[in-house]
Amino acid sequence: MSALQIDNVSRFFRASAGGDMTPALRKVSFGIDRGEVVTLIGESGSGKTTLGKIILRLIPASSGTVTFEGQDISAFKGAALREYYRHVQGVFQDPFSSYNPVYKAERVFELLRSVYFPHTGQPTWQDKIESALAAVALNPGDVLGKYPHQLSGGQQQRLLIARALLLDVRLLVADEIISMLDASTRVDILNLLISLKQSGLAILFITHDLSLGNYVSDRTIILRHGAIVEMGDTVKVFGNPRHPYTRNLLTAVPELHKKWQPPADGARSRPTDAAGTGHAAVPATAVDPPRLTEYEENHLVAEEAA
Amino acid sequence: MSVKVENLSVAYRMRAGDVCPVEGVSFTVADGEIMGLAGESGCGKSTLGNSLVFMEGRMRHLGGRVVVDGQVLPVADFRAMRPYRMTKVSLVPQYAMSALNPTRRIGRLTTDLLRSHDVRESDVLEEMKRRIRLIGLDEDVLSRYSFELSGGMRQRVTIILSTLLNPSLLIADEVTSALDVSTQRAVGEMLMEFRDRGFVKSVIAITHDLSILAQIADSILVMYAGRLAEKASTADIVNAPLHPYTQMLLASLPEVGVRYDKATLTGIPGRPPSLVNPPRGCRFADRCPFARAKCAEAPPFEQVQPGRQVACWKVSEGWPEGGEA
Repeated sequence: MSALQIDNVSRFFRASAGGDMTPALRKVSFGIDRGEVVTLIGESGSGKTTLGKIILRLIPASSGTVTFEGQDISAFKGAALREYYRHVQGVFQDPFSSYNPVYKAERVFELLRSVYFPHTGQPTWQDKIESALAAVALNPGDVLGKYPHQLSGGQQQRLLIARALLLDVRLLVADEIISMLDASTRVDILNLLISLKQSGLAILFITHDLSLGNYVSDRTIILRHGAIVEMGDTVKVFGNPRHPYTRNLLTAVPELHKKWQPPADGARSRPTDAAGTGHAAVPATAVDPPRLTEYEENHLVAEEAA
Repeated sequence: MSVKVENLSVAYRMRAGDVCPVEGVSFTVADGEIMGLAGESGCGKSTLGNSLVFMEGRMRHLGGRVVVDGQVLPVADFRAMRPYRMTKVSLVPQYAMSALNPTRRIGRLTTDLLRSHDVRESDVLEEMKRRIRLIGLDEDVLSRYSFELSGGMRQRVTIILSTLLNPSLLIADEVTSALDVSTQRAVGEMLMEFRDRGFVKSVIAITHDLSILAQIADSILVMYAGRLAEKASTADIVNAPLHPYTQMLLASLPEVGVRYDKATLTGIPGRPPSLVNPPRGCRFADRCPFARAKCAEAPPFEQVQPGRQVACWKVSEGWPEGGEA
């Protein structure tokens, strides 16, 4: 059984007052197992962050279900919701805005303590913090007692992951957690995710960066206009992309040792839709996503490609 | 040489003392060259870019010259720089595309901007429309508000505006960051096309993203903690970097096709020194696996091979790989 199962999840937003409902997510279904990193790749407006928010119960789905360890998460309230957050936590893009600059950084730990560990004594609590910091390769002396601005972006992001680890976290939603970090520290956070996964954590890694997603994940999901266009084993999806959208994304990725190749269709790589925005709105009627068919084992492709 | 920067130093006055994010910087950019300026946050790359065009109030010019087409720019004098902006040197600052006035249509913004440079709109409007079509946008973007455009469209419009008077030098600060890969590519190719068509003679493209520079830049200048670390052709930087910082930075970048189970990449341990009281010697020394006692002395940024400059004792004195002898 998957740790997290997402079935036919859709989400609509009203684009303007009295306007039509625009689909941000269209009947998305997939699962994440324990000890697995699933990467959700999409361009801006693809719905990837919306999906992360739905999993974290920050916004409700318009339809469809999210099941965590066999239970529908939409029913959780009060104590049950608190228990859910004991197991499911999120870390977001901008570590700088996740802290209150007036307080010392470790306040993020204290805030958890009052809710989840009200009866834990000080020595035990200190031990817990130290083991969580050790798990994210932080030296307590470097970060405890400091204000957020005294920490680097990488340290701040690690501290937020350590905060999640204080709980009995089983699923981590990591939404663009390294896009604001410097290149020299990015890969350390990725390696940290891999070691957490090896200890049994399920991780949903949301990113727009294909090479980062490729490095870290077991399975990859390509999201476009709120629908899955291709998903499966990371090596298969990147090694043998079947959907034209996936291929176009891959040709646009800047690589160090290879110059951009002209796109397959010979056109310039300019965003192509009429408005020139690169991501045209999906008409509200196009709610049904393309059907996924199996190209090979553990590699699904949207039918419109075939 | 179209652009020549000589021994430029710029400081910010802060409560903790003067902070000097650009220290004794010298380099040249040839006509037709796109030079990438790379480095991590806080290394001074944006300050350097800004200081060539727009020395804002809290910045102070400590010394050095900027020469464009044989003419010394009065970079230290904010007002005296005015006639040179947009005509000689143009800057697309970081986040410029987010700073377009939302209450004015793009066309109106253009008129205001041109008027402030004493250029009549009618003289350049046709050319602007031509360039808008050239990069694949519809000229009706002029009648739209900035929030009606996507990030990629806004960024391209910003670049068209800044290069409308065909400046000798365009400084493009993180113009491809925060964009999707396909839009990134469109903006990167637009810079190359504008250079090829002579809309701008030289470009300094500032970014933390070396893989974008590998696509668009002819040469790359790497900065670390306020000083220059290495300059060379793009191929040399990417394939055979000399400075240990450049080497470690490149080694930490995942590429498509590289997965953790095949090759574990590593970051650079530690973090850059604070620029308030920075170390006297090589600023990378405490993160550098090759550091020796000599590194307590600042290495000069000097030519080690034709077309290659490096500030590193290991390179200039030819220390062998692997530890102190």
